[in-house]
Amino acid sequence: MNSPQNRESSPGHRPARKAVLTYLIRRLFAVVVMLVVVMLAVFGIFFLIPKWTGVDPATMFAGKQADAQALEGIRQKLGLDDPIIVQLFDFFRGILAGRDYTSAGDTYHCEAPCFGYSFKTEQAIWPILADRLPVTLGLAVGAAIIWLVIGLAAGVVSALRRGSIWDRAAMGMALSGVSLPIYFTGLLSLAIFSYGLGLVSNEYTPVEESFPDWFSGMILPWLTLAFLFGAMYARLTRATMLEVMGEDYIRTARAKGVREPVVIRKHAMRSTMTPIITLLGVDLGALMGGAILTETTFSLPGLGQAVLKAIGEKDLPLILGVTLITASAVVVANLIVDLLYGVIDPRVRLA
Amino acid sequence: MTESHKTGVSAVGEPATATAAPARSFLEVRDLHVHFPTEDGLVKSVDGLSFRLEKGKTLGIVGESGSGKSVTSLGVMGLHTVGQYGRQKARLSGEIWLDGQELLSADPDTVRKLRGREMAMIFQDPLSALHPYFTIGHQIIEAYRVHHDVDKKTARKRAVELLDRVGIPQPDQRVNSYPHEFSGGMRQRAMIAMSLVNNPELLIADEPTTALDVTVQAQILDLIRDLQKEFGSAVIIITHDLGVVAELADDILVMYGGRCVEYGTAEQVFYEPQHPYTWGLLGSMPRIDRAQSERLIPVKGSPPSLINIPDGCAFNPRCPYADVPKGNVTRTERPELREVGDGHLSACHMERGDRDRIWNEEIAPKL
Amino acid sequence: MTTQRSSRRRIAASAVAVAALLVTAGCGGGGSDGEGDGKAPGFNAANGKTANASDKKGGTLKFIGTQDADSWDTTRGYYGFAWDFMRYYSRTLITSKPVAGKESSELVPDLAKAKAKISDDGKTYSYELRDGITWEDGKPVTSKDIKYGIERQWAQDVLSGGPIYLKDTLDPDGKYKGPYKDKSKDKLGLEAIETPSDTEIVFKLPKRNGDFEQMLAMPSASPVRQDKDTKSKYGLKPFSNGPYKFESYTPNKKLSLVRNPEWKKSSDNIRKALPDKITLTLITNSDEMDKRLINGDYDLDINATGMEAAGRQTALKEHKGNIDNPSTGYIRYAVFPQTVKPFDNIHCRKAMIYGSDHKSIQNARGGPLAGGDIGTNMLPKLVPGSDLSFDPYGIAKNDGKADVAKAKAELKKCGKPNGFKTTIAVRNNKQVEIASAEAMQASLKKIGIEAEVDEYDGAQTTGIIGNPEYVKKKNYGIIIMGWGPDFPSGQGYGMPLWHSKYILDNGNNNYAMIDDKKIDGMFADAIAELDKKKAAEKYAAINAEVMKGAYYLPFTFEKNIIWRSSRLTNVGTTDAFSGRYDYAVLGVK
Repeated sequence: MNSPQNRESSPGHRPARKAVLTYLIRRLFAVVVMLVVVMLAVFGIFFLIPKWTGVDPATMFAGKQADAQALEGIRQKLGLDDPIIVQLFDFFRGILAGRDYTSAGDTYHCEAPCFGYSFKTEQAIWPILADRLPVTLGLAVGAAIIWLVIGLAAGVVSALRRGSIWDRAAMGMALSGVSLPIYFTGLLSLAIFSYGLGLVSNEYTPVEESFPDWFSGMILPWLTLAFLFGAMYARLTRATMLEVMGEDYIRTARAKGVREPVVIRKHAMRSTMTPIITLLGVDLGALMGGAILTETTFSLPGLGQAVLKAIGEKDLPLILGVTLITASAVVVANLIVDLLYGVIDPRVRLA
Repeated sequence: MTESHKTGVSAVGEPATATAAPARSFLEVRDLHVHFPTEDGLVKSVDGLSFRLEKGKTLGIVGESGSGKSVTSLGVMGLHTVGQYGRQKARLSGEIWLDGQELLSADPDTVRKLRGREMAMIFQDPLSALHPYFTIGHQIIEAYRVHHDVDKKTARKRAVELLDRVGIPQPDQRVNSYPHEFSGGMRQRAMIAMSLVNNPELLIADEPTTALDVTVQAQILDLIRDLQKEFGSAVIIITHDLGVVAELADDILVMYGGRCVEYGTAEQVFYEPQHPYTWGLLGSMPRIDRAQSERLIPVKGSPPSLINIPDGCAFNPRCPYADVPKGNVTRTERPELREVGDGHLSACHMERGDRDRIWNEEIAPKL
Repeated sequence: MTTQRSSRRRIAASAVAVAALLVTAGCGGGGSDGEGDGKAPGFNAANGKTANASDKKGGTLKFIGTQDADSWDTTRGYYGFAWDFMRYYSRTLITSKPVAGKESSELVPDLAKAKAKISDDGKTYSYELRDGITWEDGKPVTSKDIKYGIERQWAQDVLSGGPIYLKDTLDPDGKYKGPYKDKSKDKLGLEAIETPSDTEIVFKLPKRNGDFEQMLAMPSASPVRQDKDTKSKYGLKPFSNGPYKFESYTPNKKLSLVRNPEWKKSSDNIRKALPDKITLTLITNSDEMDKRLINGDYDLDINATGMEAAGRQTALKEHKGNIDNPSTGYIRYAVFPQTVKPFDNIHCRKAMIYGSDHKSIQNARGGPLAGGDIGTNMLPKLVPGSDLSFDPYGIAKNDGKADVAKAKAELKKCGKPNGFKTTIAVRNNKQVEIASAEAMQASLKKIGIEAEVDEYDGAQTTGIIGNPEYVKKKNYGIIIMGWGPDFPSGQGYGMPLWHSKYILDNGNNNYAMIDDKKIDGMFADAIAELDKKKAAEKYAAINAEVMKGAYYLPFTFEKNIIWRSSRLTNVGTTDAFSGRYDYAVLGVK
């Protein structure tokens, strides 16, 4: 209905595009600043806190017989003698331009994006992340689809049939969804569907190996995660929907003679989606860092498992890598949410 | 059916004894009750209201907020019966006849089809009444296409035409604007355009100017009047401000506590008001030709709770003349509507003589 | 009203949870014995003896674990399970005998034709290599490869993490700087090792050492070929000279070994090399690991650290035939740093030993089966000279109960009749250790000692309790730890703990800060003793001396409960690998 020509010819829209561009540039700049701050914090926590407590960080990697020569070698390797700012600079330079590492007289070039090498396994970080990201991504996106469908449906039905048996049942489920921990629901579903009934796989199979096996292994993690999130989304949808249904413009739509299903689908749902999308952006972004509990419960080799292990083993480059991915994902997801906002709500387009 | 009327006298002045009903008016509301069951008790928002309205005429319904006037209009539109999901549903009884069809007993979908086409509504605050996510054009087009099986292009032409008619400049471009891109007055014009898109025969304007600047108010009222002439619709204007209906309405119905307390032609209500509440409303009317101190004589106190309406006159607690009638009658008996002039009705226990004396000696000089 | 409603909802939610639990209970225990192929041979059937002997080749042997090796680089790995597993792709001059039980601690030749020819002064060890030993590219393994592999221990700045016994023994003054800083052309500048020919290798020790061959049996004495040395990255893909080679490896995720076609059975008396493929899957959830084992998805836990409580219960109840209950060779204990007051006073230390409730600590560790027997002295079962009945403090005699009267008497002698305050340091990532600390705390309270439990970051063990300054600063009067022998000898077990040389600023293992000329001298004497039997007696004497000093409160002689699938063949626990099965001989039905 909005023909592009009309858009163009409207004087109100021409500066809008420029405004969007400025907005994007401003946002991206803010993103970079934020990432630097996050990384700085991780560096700080990692090196400063042990220093303050009087523990030599190098001993974390020295093994059982910490030889003095070994400690010195580790200190050098970790660059502990450099100021944190220099380390941070090197780290970012590595991501953007790659960097060289010298070890035992040999020089290795680590190509961009270079997140460095794991202190623990000596692997390059980027391949680890690249290997694990699809697992986490598959988990998050698959679960998100399920929880959106279920959460929205339950929320809408509850709102429209408030006080009915459906409402009570859905909200009862939602309450158990938010209050039962993942490892409980996860272990329970594993016990029943995998070990008990043998319906689905208890093990992760990469999607490129076998799609049906992958799917079979992902169903329970998806459902478990979706149970938790779906519960939150159902409650939010219900609350928002109830609020929206009381809005004047809903009454207007009815006064126009619009059929009730259309009133709900078109007029009410669009407004209801706004907070849902905000939440979805934040949730998906955060899940990119790994749904640690879900990944642990179902033994999915995703980023969450990697970072959990890395924290336990003080593997800083890996921690930094996952942190950066998580932070970037959150930021990008928020950016997408903001842009989507513009699509949904014309009032924020120029903001 | 009229035998069942307990009130005996309807606001329209239908004789209680009449058996052979004359030809029905275009809109006839009879003994309308709108009750809301709540946790605290039954809210009797509208409690036995009757009126009638012909095409081409304008009825002003005046009252404070909570007097039941908006509830009445929503009742006529059938908006109490849709979408009250889970909430306590409104209980409606009585009759609403529109163009020969009774609406309360009609199938909900029948009423839905009438909404927007036969009867349309303009709301108080166009900013909240228009959907913020859709363009003005989209919303008007939707209103049109609900009732007309036409393509978008045709509907769009119709929308532009109406925007033009309600005085929106560059309507072919503004049709693509969003509500927030309009000024308040423009939004209300667009709202009016939307309500008129299907040539409704009944137009209900619920406080159409309350949310607007004073200067814009007059423009909008002029517009409504002009459009009424042009379209020949029946119009109900709902307002708390007698000033709004002074020049617009043919008849005026004053509501208090869910009931009609005075009904008459605009002239009767303005020049020979018979109810102390109407006097109060007249007194609180802003008038430019009076000094500030004299101008506003608001009705003291607050509107009655609609849950436990006391015995006696609902206005009694706020009425300065509650002790004029002899005995305890204002506290024990509900005053019925009585004809006090040619088709002029009022529900007050005071004797005619007392009323005339108070009006002529105490009220009129101050106005 | 509101509260009522919300509490009603909460009740509803918990009702759902309970219902769900009941469902699980109904579904649980569906499995039965006889999953996989054949029946499990029985409880402890493979404990110290071989079960399911077989020469059947083929199949995939599936390991699972929750802990990856610290490194698969033979020079850098220090985890016992990794040493066991490394024998699939790495051979040493000599190695432990491929039999179950005690006999496994005997050494037998592997790359070498025979055990060392030792010179009369006990300082020169000569070996001759056998024929047909090859790398995975078909080239022969030479004495130079072995020398280079050992030399890598000197490159601690690049290859930290592994044991350095050979370095300390062959070059105690650290004259050699390691192959990466070696200026000689062939990078074989270490003078203590000579390679007269490609098949001969001679070790020249500055001092006699009765355990020298034990050190050569460790994977850190494996050959590494110079042109295949990827230095710090070698652990990602070691170059094989054993029957299997790396197919793929993703740390913390998956390791697959496939047959090395260049390996010749005729060149190897140790390895059976039965499976066609060996996989190791790593997950992080140990309960889930137990379930998969019980479910028959995997054959064994590579870490062999014992099943979790839930899995243990199921296994003991329904699959008893699949479990063994071996001694791990570890002693779990509390140690009292003499630098922290009042533990400088022997009587205060003795008060700890008498005042603790050994039984409750044993229970905190999982009881007699999963935790082990109550410890009475500091020399574990797998070390020659060990005598588990040696009970100088009458701990077992008293049935593990606290002797409050004796403890109070010692406290009086120590000058603290009303007790004192101290801190127990315990790793935060070992639940069992935290539980033992709490049990000890509870029993000490009864003799008036207020012990605060401090959980420190387990990943920083070396820098925290391994740093005496830090220990003193934090007032760690009691440190909870465990120790097992790197090789089955009093030297391999006790030196790092009790010898003054091992008091280090960082990475200290002599937590008790024992700086006793007498003990140092006893070690020198025992190490130089080449007669095994006499050496064993000497180490027993050191143990007695340490116990006399009351530096240690032994908790348990550790045992654990490990799973073996019904399809495993040639399965038996070994003393050489701390109660683990000998991985090199395993096959699958």
